[in-house]
Amino acid sequence: MYRGWTQRTGLQYPTSFDSLQILATFVSYLFLVRKLVAFIDKILDFFKRSEKATPKKDSKAVLKQIAMGKMYARDRIIYLLDENSFQETDLFVEHTGTDFGLDKKYLPADGVITGTGMINGYPVAIFAQDFTVAGGSLGLMHARKITKIMDIAIKNGMPLIGINDSGGARIQEGVNSLAGYGEIFYRNTLASGVVPQISVILGPCAGGAVYSPALTDFVFVVDKISKMFITGPEVIKTVLGEEISMEDLGGARVQTEITGNAHFFAESEIECFNQIQQLFTYIPRNNSIKAVTLHPHPPKQEFDVEKIIPSEPSKPYDIRDIIKGIFDNSEFLEIQANWAANIVIGFARLNGETVGIVGNQPMVLAGVLDVDSSDKAARFIRYCDAFNIPLVTLVDLPGYLPGIDQEHSGVIRHGAKLLYSYSEASVPKLTVILRKAYGGGYIAMCSRHLGADFVFAWPTAEIAVMGPEGASNIIFKAEIAAAENPEAMRKEKVKEYTEKFANPFVAARNGHIDGVIHPAETRKSLIHSLKVCANKQEQRPFRKHGVPPF
Amino acid sequence: MATDKIVKLIIDDTDYQTTLTKKYLQRKKYSAPDPDLISAYIPGTIIELYVKAGDRVKKGDLMFILEAMKMKNNVHAHRDGTLEAVYIQRGVQVAKNQQLLRFKKSD
Repeated sequence: MYRGWTQRTGLQYPTSFDSLQILATFVSYLFLVRKLVAFIDKILDFFKRSEKATPKKDSKAVLKQIAMGKMYARDRIIYLLDENSFQETDLFVEHTGTDFGLDKKYLPADGVITGTGMINGYPVAIFAQDFTVAGGSLGLMHARKITKIMDIAIKNGMPLIGINDSGGARIQEGVNSLAGYGEIFYRNTLASGVVPQISVILGPCAGGAVYSPALTDFVFVVDKISKMFITGPEVIKTVLGEEISMEDLGGARVQTEITGNAHFFAESEIECFNQIQQLFTYIPRNNSIKAVTLHPHPPKQEFDVEKIIPSEPSKPYDIRDIIKGIFDNSEFLEIQANWAANIVIGFARLNGETVGIVGNQPMVLAGVLDVDSSDKAARFIRYCDAFNIPLVTLVDLPGYLPGIDQEHSGVIRHGAKLLYSYSEASVPKLTVILRKAYGGGYIAMCSRHLGADFVFAWPTAEIAVMGPEGASNIIFKAEIAAAENPEAMRKEKVKEYTEKFANPFVAARNGHIDGVIHPAETRKSLIHSLKVCANKQEQRPFRKHGVPPF
Repeated sequence: MATDKIVKLIIDDTDYQTTLTKKYLQRKKYSAPDPDLISAYIPGTIIELYVKAGDRVKKGDLMFILEAMKMKNNVHAHRDGTLEAVYIQRGVQVAKNQQLLRFKKSD
């Protein structure tokens, strides 16, 4: 039965108009009005509190943030997420600090805005540190807001985005602030390989704070805005007497060109948010589902793989042109484009499906493997494997970079990372050898020996222990030295070696590669192989986890 | 970040035409360590100096104390020998890698 207004309020319509009844009714109405007023009061109080927790856009602090050339934390969230999709959590959280006058201070939202929203229609968890509130400093409750949203992301299998803009630990909160950082790092580690974690550095991120981004999958930086370092210029000057600006120490360019700490560089915050939205079109939301498959598009006509590679093995070309010639719509999202550019990594689509690409770049340092390029590719391979993204490896390298600096920087253990992550990866692994594949480099670049599912070579491939020059100088050393004309003998021997070994057929004869293909067939062969590997299953011996060389 | 210029890079006796990276060009050039030279591994202040040029020291002898980052670092002789030169005085500040003492070449 419908319970009408009278029942809900407990009031009865008067049946006759004797004065007592009228009075009683009037009194009841009075009570109702009081109830309503109390309710409106509560609503007004709620508005007041919300307003207090959300600084106005024309407040001094927000205007100062904008004057620094930075967006306000709330605007960042609104711009990054789909329209009207942000739902905030923990707006009313307050800090618990009592020392150094902190008990008398109110910090709106405790300096960090947290919540959930959508990107490209799919849910994400997000936090944005608010530099306008106590410099975005991190106290215990600030951290607890972050860890809560992290827990929500992990439990619900959605990506986590952290926008970092903070002066560092809230020193007044002492060890409680450190506890907060620790609780974040712990969850970053637990979430690793479960949900994608994105860090966006839109301001300072210094001291211990840098380790949260360092533990996440992709770090985005913006020119002149992002600054990351463990110890700042001040400390370096005091201790070492060396002077350096913040920008030169840990600015966006340094992090994307020298250190490799960051993955994506943008000129502006808007460009940065667009990059994040683009990345999200390629990656799956968590480790138990596949990335969204799109309608397949063939590559554009202008990228003709047959015309890109010079016949001379020592001549350079841009591997990215080959990638554009093979994958859907000639689109490629390159990661860490400006660091260790001798190897190229990134996402593309093959027949609509996301694949991770690793390719040697002959254009830079002849495409050698070295400390940085091994490190770069190895981490990317582990990302792809964790999130069920098949790997396509394009091989053209002369080997490892020689040098004292390389050896002393530990190229042995860094190089080992690449072997480890390729061998460990159980996603479909497809390899195409375009030209040179020499020595240890051949093994490391996802050879069949490291568990590649299909290895193809172009007729231009040279799969050998080393290049003809180097090999001849060793194998025919005595003959060359004894010859009347050593130079002529050397040339002859190089020619002999080239004819015999500088081709893919020695490897093909031994079954080390699965086929020699015409370059024009590459896309077709890869699409077919990807379909064949769709239900790939691989059993590995039980272990808690491996001990990779990092 | 790669440079624009195409140059030669030799790997296993083959000349490859390629560009180089800024980082590669700025790599630290190697210099062989000089076993007779003692230099500062950290910047700081010489708060005590116990030796002078011409002194004979035994392996393990305390030569000076370098205070750096609020730590007093005792620096001992790494071998027996004669000090050819002492470049520092008590109380001076030293920069990183500054030369401090030199041993006579061991015979």
